[in-house]
Formats: sequence, C-alpha cells, structure tokens
Amino acid sequence: MMTIRDYVMAESLEQAFALNQKKGSRILGGMLWLRLSSTPITTAIDLGALGLDTIEETEDAFSIGAMARLRQLEQHPGLNAYTQGAVKDALGSIVGVQFRNLATVGGSIFGRFGFSDVLTVFLSMDTEVELYQGGVLPLTDFIRQKRDRDILTRLIVYKKPGRFVYRSMRAASTDFPVLTCAVSRWDGVFRAAIGARPMAAVRVEDETGILPEAVTEEAAAAFGEYVAARVKTAGNLRGSAAYRTHLVKVLTTRAALALGGMHDET
Amino acid sequence: MKLDLTLNGRAVSDDVRPDLTLLEFLREHGCLSVKQGCGTANCGLCTVLLDDVPVLSCSVLAVRANGRAVVTLEGLQEEASAFVGFLADQGADQCGFCNPGMVMNTIALLRENPDPSDDEIRAYLAGNLCRCSGYEGQLRGIRAYLDSRKE
Amino acid sequence: MAQPQKDYKCVGKSIRKKDAMQLLLGKAVYMDDIVPRDALTVKLLRSPHPNAIVEEIDVSLACKVPGVVAVYTWQDVPRQRFAIAGQTYPEPSPYDRLILDRHVRFAGDPVAIIAAEDERAALGAMKRIKVTYRVLEPVLDPRASKDGPILVHPEEDWYPPCPVGGDNKRNLVASETDSAGDVDGVLDRCDIVLDRTYHTKAFQQAMMETFRTYTRLDRYGRLHVISSTQIVFHVRRILSAALGIPKSKIRVEKPRIGGGFGAKQTAVSELYPAFVTLKTGRPAQLIFTREECQIAGSPRHEMEIRVRLGADKTGKIRALDLYTLSNSGAYGEHGPTTVGLSGHKSIPLYTGSLEAYRFAFDVVYTNLQPAGAYRGYGATQGIFAVESAVNELAELLHIDPTVLREKNMVRQGMAMPAYYGETAGACALDRCLARCKEIFDWEHRYPVRDLGNGKVRAAGVAIAMQGSGISQIDVGSATIRLGDDGCYNLILGAADMGTGCDTILAQMAAECMDCDVDNVAVFSADTDVSPYDSGSYASSTTYVTGKAVERACEELKERLCRIAARVLACPPEELTFCGNCIRRCGTEQSVSLHDLAYQAQLNNTEAAEATVSHSSPISPPPFMAGMAEIELDKLTGQVTVLDYMAVVDCGTPINPALARIQAEGGIVQGIGMTLLEDVRYDAHGKPMETSLMQYKLPTRLDMGKLRVEFESSYEPTGPFGAKSIGEIVINTPAPAIAHAIYRATGVWHRNLPITAEQIALGP
Repeated sequence: MMTIRDYVMAESLEQAFALNQKKGSRILGGMLWLRLSSTPITTAIDLGALGLDTIEETEDAFSIGAMARLRQLEQHPGLNAYTQGAVKDALGSIVGVQFRNLATVGGSIFGRFGFSDVLTVFLSMDTEVELYQGGVLPLTDFIRQKRDRDILTRLIVYKKPGRFVYRSMRAASTDFPVLTCAVSRWDGVFRAAIGARPMAAVRVEDETGILPEAVTEEAAAAFGEYVAARVKTAGNLRGSAAYRTHLVKVLTTRAALALGGMHDET
Repeated sequence: MKLDLTLNGRAVSDDVRPDLTLLEFLREHGCLSVKQGCGTANCGLCTVLLDDVPVLSCSVLAVRANGRAVVTLEGLQEEASAFVGFLADQGADQCGFCNPGMVMNTIALLRENPDPSDDEIRAYLAGNLCRCSGYEGQLRGIRAYLDSRKE
Repeated sequence: MAQPQKDYKCVGKSIRKKDAMQLLLGKAVYMDDIVPRDALTVKLLRSPHPNAIVEEIDVSLACKVPGVVAVYTWQDVPRQRFAIAGQTYPEPSPYDRLILDRHVRFAGDPVAIIAAEDERAALGAMKRIKVTYRVLEPVLDPRASKDGPILVHPEEDWYPPCPVGGDNKRNLVASETDSAGDVDGVLDRCDIVLDRTYHTKAFQQAMMETFRTYTRLDRYGRLHVISSTQIVFHVRRILSAALGIPKSKIRVEKPRIGGGFGAKQTAVSELYPAFVTLKTGRPAQLIFTREECQIAGSPRHEMEIRVRLGADKTGKIRALDLYTLSNSGAYGEHGPTTVGLSGHKSIPLYTGSLEAYRFAFDVVYTNLQPAGAYRGYGATQGIFAVESAVNELAELLHIDPTVLREKNMVRQGMAMPAYYGETAGACALDRCLARCKEIFDWEHRYPVRDLGNGKVRAAGVAIAMQGSGISQIDVGSATIRLGDDGCYNLILGAADMGTGCDTILAQMAAECMDCDVDNVAVFSADTDVSPYDSGSYASSTTYVTGKAVERACEELKERLCRIAARVLACPPEELTFCGNCIRRCGTEQSVSLHDLAYQAQLNNTEAAEATVSHSSPISPPPFMAGMAEIELDKLTGQVTVLDYMAVVDCGTPINPALARIQAEGGIVQGIGMTLLEDVRYDAHGKPMETSLMQYKLPTRLDMGKLRVEFESSYEPTGPFGAKSIGEIVINTPAPAIAHAIYRATGVWHRNLPITAEQIALGP
C-alpha cells in the first residue's frame, strides 16, 4: 500500500527541486506506477501548478511539458501530422483512455521504463530532454543516465523532415508490449528504436546505408537482421529473448517497408 | 490535509490523508457507484470524471482533486438514464459490477464524439473490462441508443 | 422441435433483468455498499512458502499497533477438519482444511488473521508478525505427486466423507476408472489409433468483484453473514462445521454478486471474518485484494488428459480411452467431482458410433493454489482434449471435421453409456452443427486463405455438451406467495450472480400465474428466509429451480382455488384459476385475485403460498457447436479472432437476450483461456500472474465478432422445455481455435494457452 507523509503542490521548480533532494521525496507524474510501490514517500511533489502540461508547437520544434498527458499527445494534430500518426499508434494501445488521461509524458520518460511505448516513439525522433538542473540533452543520452533527483521539465522534439512508423507486438491489445519498434528516417538516416526488450529502448542507426531511399523488401529484411544483431534482448513473463530477437527482425523489417512507402514530411 | 472540491456539483470540504486515493475518498463520501476492481489501473471500474475528463480514481490522490470538479455516476443519473436502458434491453448489465465505470466512460465518449463508429466505441472503452458479457451486448446496446437518436 | 411451442406470454421473451437499472445506474447493491462502515477490517498474513511448518509465531508487536484489535494464529482455531467446497452433504471433497493450519501448503495459505479498526492498522500489524517457518520441499509437479516422497497432507485426521478413491498417504484426492465395452480389444482392431496428451491450466474466474464477506452478531446474538456467494446454505453448513457452532446460530445471506463463474461456489472468504466476529463480538469484513484473488482463490483444475482415440479409415470413431491427471493444488475442493466431467461430458459426444470407452483419473495434491469450480467444471478441459483429438483425426484422414462429426456424434434418443447411462431426450446437436456451418459459411472459410503478407486466415470447429444440474443430488426450491392486491412474492435460495436467474425464474412464475413479470417480486437468497436450494452452480438453476417454480405455482393455484371455494361457497373442483380471477366453471361466478388476496387475510386457514422442492433423476445435456475464424500472422505468431459463431441447444431459451449474453460471455472467457490467460509459478512455487496487469483478460479488442443463435429442443423434464446454458458456452473456443491454428500453421498446439511465441517459434 502506498504511503505518503506530506504532499506539496510546488509553487516553483526551484522549490520542487529543493524538496526533491531529500531521500524519500518523489516527483508525482500520473502516479500509475508510483501508486503500486510500497516504498514510503515522505514528500510527494506535485508539478501540477507550474504550467508544464502544454504542448507548444513552433516552426521547427514541439515543446512538450512534462505534465502533458499521453492522451494529449495521442490527440495532438501537430505531433501526429509530423509523425504520420506514429505517436497515436504508439500511445493508443496503452491500457485505456482513462489511464492515458492520467499518465504523463514526463513520468513515462523519466522512469525510463523498459516496457515504454512512449520512450520508444520519442527515441525515433530528434528528441531532447530538458532537466531542471542538468539542462538540455539528447534523449539518447538521457536514457543511459542513471536515475537521479533532477526534474524532467520538458521534451523538445525537432521537426526534422522525416518519416515515422510505429509497430508493437502485444499478446492482449492493451497489454504491455512484448516488443516495440519505431523506424524513422530524418537527416537522411534510417533509425530503428527498439523497446520492451524488455530493457529500456535503444536506437540503432543505419550507419552502413543498408536501406536505400526507396526501401526494397530485401533491404528491409537486411536492415531487420542488422538491427537484431545490435539489440540485446532478454526474457521475462511476456516472451523469451529468442522470441524478442525474432520480433526485432520482423517488426523492423515491416516498419522499414511501411516507411518506404511514405514521403518525407516537410 | 485540507481538500476542497466540487463533487457532483456540490462543494465538499474535508481533511484527508495525503495518500488517500480519490476512489477511497469518493466511497467514503457516499459515491458507492465507484468500484475497485483490480487495484493496478487495469480494469476501468473506478472511472470518474475529473474536470470532465475520464480518469481512474484508484490512481489519483484525493488531494490532487483539490479545487477541481469530480463527477461520479451519482451525479449523472439523468444523462446515464438516457442510454442505459438500451444496455438493459440486451441483458448486457449482467453482474453489474463493471457497469458504473463503463457507463461513465461511455458518457465521456459520447460527449467527445456524439456519433462514434463501432470501432471507435471499442477503442474508447478498451480500458473497461467486463468478465460477464463478452462485450458484444454492450456494443449492441450503445449502437441501439445511437440509432434511436437518429430516428 | 420435439414439441410445438406454446404461445407464451412471459417465457421466451427477452425482458430486462429485474435489477438492470439499479446496476446500470450504480446503485448501492453489493456487499461493500450495503454494510455499515463500522466493521473491523480483517486481513490475512499469508505464507510466502509453498510448503512449511509454522515453528514459531510471535504476534506481540503486531497487537501493539494502534487500532489492532486481535491477531489469531493456528493455536486459536478449532481443530476439526472440514471442506470449503460448496457441495451437498456429505461432500465428495475431503475434509482437509483448518481455519488456520500450522502446516501451510501453498504460497498464499493463511498463517494469521488480523482484525483492526482500519486497513492501515491491519497492514501495519501484518508487517510486525514474526514467523519462523520450517521450510519443506514442495510438490510442484502434479505428474510427480502420486506416490511421491513428499506428502502434502500427512495429517492423521484427513477425512474423506465419500468413497472417491482418495488417499492422503499417496497424495491422492480421488482416483477411479469407469468403462464400458472392451476398449483395448476395440483399439487393437482399429485402423487408426491416435494417442495424444493435452494440457490445460488453472485459469482464474477473475470475476470483477473479488471474494468478500461481512459478518456481525444479529439482534439474537446469532452470526449474520452477508457474503458474495453462490451457495448460502452450503456456507451455513461449512461455517457451522469450521467454527463448531450450531447452524441455528448462523444466518447467511447474499446481496447482489459481482460475478462468480463458480469461484464463489467455495467458501473462500467467509471463515475469517466469521471467526473474528465470534471471538470479538464485533462486525468484521474481509475484502480480498485482486492479488489475493489471483493467488488464493479457487481457480480451474489444471488437467493433463491423455486421449487414445480409435477409428476406422472411413472416420468412424470406435473407441475412446481417456486418462485425466487433475491437479487439485493444496486442498481438495471440488477435486473428485470436476475431474469426472472431463470424461463424462466429452466422451458421450461420440455416442453415435462408439463401441467402447474407458475413463480413468487421478486427482492429486500439490503445493500450489487449491483449485475449485470454474464454469465448465472439468468438461471444458475434457472437451478441449477430445475435440482436439477428433479434429486431429479429421485432418489425418482428410475428412471435413464437420462431416466426421456428423458420422459419429450423439443424436436425440440415443442412450449414452458414458453419461451415466442417460438418454439424450432432447438433442439438437445435429441441427446446431448444420446451422453453424450454414451461417458461418464453413464451406468457404474452412479452406485456408493466404493473404500474402505473412498472414493467413483459417477456421476451426468444436462441439460441446454439459449437464443441467447434478442428477439425484441438486435440490432447487421456490416459495410463491400471493400478496395483498394480487401481486406475488417469489422467494428463492438460488443465487443470481449476474446471470439473470431472478428474472428468468420470475418469468416462469408469471407465465404460470398468468400475470405480468413486474407483478412477481423476487427475493434471494437468505438461509433464514429462502427455501432450501443447493445454490447456483452446475448449470442447475434454470432447469432444477425453474421446475420447482413451475411446480410451486401449480400448487399455489390449487390452494387459491380452495380459498376461493370458501368465498364462492362451492367445491374447489369446480373452480379454475384464470390469472386475474378464479372462475366457477359453467357459471358467471368468479372472485378477482385482488379480492381473493384480501379474503386470504380474513378468517382464512389456508396459506396463500406454496413451497416446492425439486430434484431431477437426470441431467439433460445442452449441446453446442462453435466455429472460429482467425487471422494468424505467421511471423509474429499473433492470432486475431475475427469471427466466432455458435449455435446452442439449451432446450427452450427462457430469456433469449440473457441466454445470448451467457453464450457471448462464455465464448470470450474461452478465448481468454485459449490465447491470453496464463498461470505460471516460479521455481519456488510462487505464482507469477498475481494481478490483472499480468493475468490478461480479453478486452473488447481481443474477441472479434461474436454471433450466437439457438436451435431449440424441448426437454420434457425441464420447465417449459428448458435445459441449461451457463456453463456449456465456455467449452468450444479452445478446441476450435487450436484447430484453426493448426489449419494456419500445420502444427497442433496441445497446451493452453497457445501463445504467439509458441506459434512463431514452435510449441
């Protein structure tokens, strides 16, 4: 059973950060995972009054507040236009509408959860993470960092002209994924982000140019093999390592093929 | 902690523990339609509207509803009555334990999308589990209601 | 149809459930909604070990937690063993339980009962109980249990009330062999003998409302139990035995129940708060968490079924030889009985051609979660095995599996040796299969269709049967009473757990009394008020209790005529009951029901009510055909159920809408156990699917399109020709979908659930 001694609605990020330095403090996101933890919380810090729940779109970027709900992202016309619906594809299978109305993008990213569709889809874009103290850094770097007591405030997604396709394998439609796969192309480079390995998502770039601009079936299959060879998988309740590696190939190949049928978004 | 919120249109004040969930708070305040089914945010039985948005009250701290409006099925009897009879006609209520959450989310759906397709209904209600009905009767009921409105 | 259908006014009508609007509008009708808030919270400390002895237990620190009222251990409870299975006395289930036992036998077995003013105090106390366990090696493999070195129940006071072949010194809950004809001889002479082994798991009912019970002492100092149960009378008997108090001191009632599916046919939660109330004199309540429901509930029996099927080259099925190994888990609830259905409700499907059969079984103890009753009750497991074997035969012989079944299946009028010698008095299985083929468009969908993108579409088929109540055992009763202005009270001991039986039985009463269904007020169930009923299980309520309703109404009509005879001053034989009045034949004389009701309250010595108990010497099986179309992704192994078509013979559907929902709900549960729901234990015997986050129930995106139709037969012994529908509906999805998967992949999957990984990488 979750226990919380104090709850503070933060009035500033400065205050929230200071409070969060104490052991036993926790920043509240959507609370969907936090609530299941039995670790006692001394101070629960709510960022709800700091205006971090917006998605702002400029000419070259999206700035997504940490407290924006997954449902907001899923329904955001700009984000979905930019990703050709990949964001909606990635988030729409997460439990249910009511769940996604609570879950925050900040909580999803900061947790660096292995099962995260959110992490996978943002990893396929040119995404940066803004931390209160740590400043701005690429999501690829953030994923590798150990969890600390900093506060994630925003995600910044650069609108590099590109193409995006999201695929996941799930046993039941709204279950955790067995594997997630987002293939994208921007800056002239194809990339595959693979999550639910079951470890946190990683990104593999097509450094050797396996995929031609117009993706062929053979090239897509080769890219699938290439990615599978570079992504470590493991087993858990939802699948063995061997099955996951098999899925990396299948989903990457299919996503690359689907991507090949698209045009760069400008 | 001090908590002031609007519950089904009524101002309610209380002093609550910071770790009290909205679900617990609502049941303590007589909103017995709100049910706990799973405790892990997977079943949708505890669905309520928080500032008009459907959420899982098992996963919301009561204190986070401070200054906000919470609506449960107790507060939407009229709006629900308009369509639940169509579910009753199908026998889709069955054991009934999942009904309030499903009815609340259906209300949210119909406010957002007054004329949903079958696939849109399934997708929106995907987070509402039902172990009795096999879902098809619920869909037939909602469809019958939507069709009746077009007549 | 065996009998032309009468023009009924209430029976056969899809009317709303009587409680529908209350349920849909979220009114307070369940246990936790209706009891006072001042009850003690009861929590159970559960063993983390699957097999251990409680060497020492120190509750002193726990008792000091503010708000804690009491903590009880094995030393505090009565020492008389009992069974918690909801079955008619004497129960076939062994007496192998104590309220708390020093020997804990599965990870989740209760070690201490905590009673506190609130949940936080109770949980605080739980952490402060110090237990020293002597950890024993557990029996985790049912195949190694019988005659193995470790005994799950070594105790000397283990007691089997019925001779079912059990022996605790051999880890046996039950063991038996039944046969007819020379199976070995016939198998020797068969052109083909398939020898296949199938395996199904301990699937969870996962009803939305977890187990829960409230107890208090009533105004007479009796134990008043309000519990989410299917079996009020059995619970009273079980509590009496477990607590060592007379039944006259116990009253058990059920409110609305948030689903049961058999789970609540076992007294899973009742003992603990009852014990607390007796000890403290205070109201107490226990609400199982979902985790407790998943680890210490009463799930389906895991079974491994070996089928030997003998046939000739033309597809005539000549012999069936089944051996079922059933895993009862740590206790024996429903162990001896569920296993019986795995053979007795699968083999008879092939009565049409069968020359001989044998059915043998062992039910064993293991140190895993004890099993219980779940919709289908063993038949589901047996039908998965036999129907899969029959499909394997069809594919081997390249005979259309529907044609193969037409050659072999049971038909109306046949005596079924494997079904206790009963005759299929009403059987529309042939029509069910024919109709299912037609509307499913079997001819075009049975051939596998490659969609070209790694995906294929394929179809599978299965047939099924069940029973209608337990013959010569189940008792259903009804009291019908005329009220003031001509309304009726129908008082029952059956348990509507969402199925709608309160309404269905009221429809029957209204039909008999020639009145509107709204004119019949239903009450169920309360041991102080209701006439005795075994309870709602074994697909008994419509068939057995329904007949009791019908007979009670006939008796009431006679009584009302006798009252009317006094009013009209004539012999009762001259009177006819006409619904809203009683008329004297050949005259203008009559008395309205309204007036008669008041006359019954005035200087009257004839009770205006009747109670009838009914039991049936037979258990007429309902029948069903099911067909599934799937889309299978050959690379990922993903199976999507596109379409499920079922045609059911439940005799006369009393309420077609409710019958349809039963079928649809059962089919989706069947899809769940075939593709999604899994039950696994780690190497230490701890369950892994402990929440609905891990135990995946089908959502409305996981079941495809369902279509259900009825091919009615007329069962002469049932009320208005009805049989049952509650259980049979879960039996066809597993074999039909496994068949479709074979069609798509060329591989037979004989273990449930069938996961995408197994399909993609091999079983």
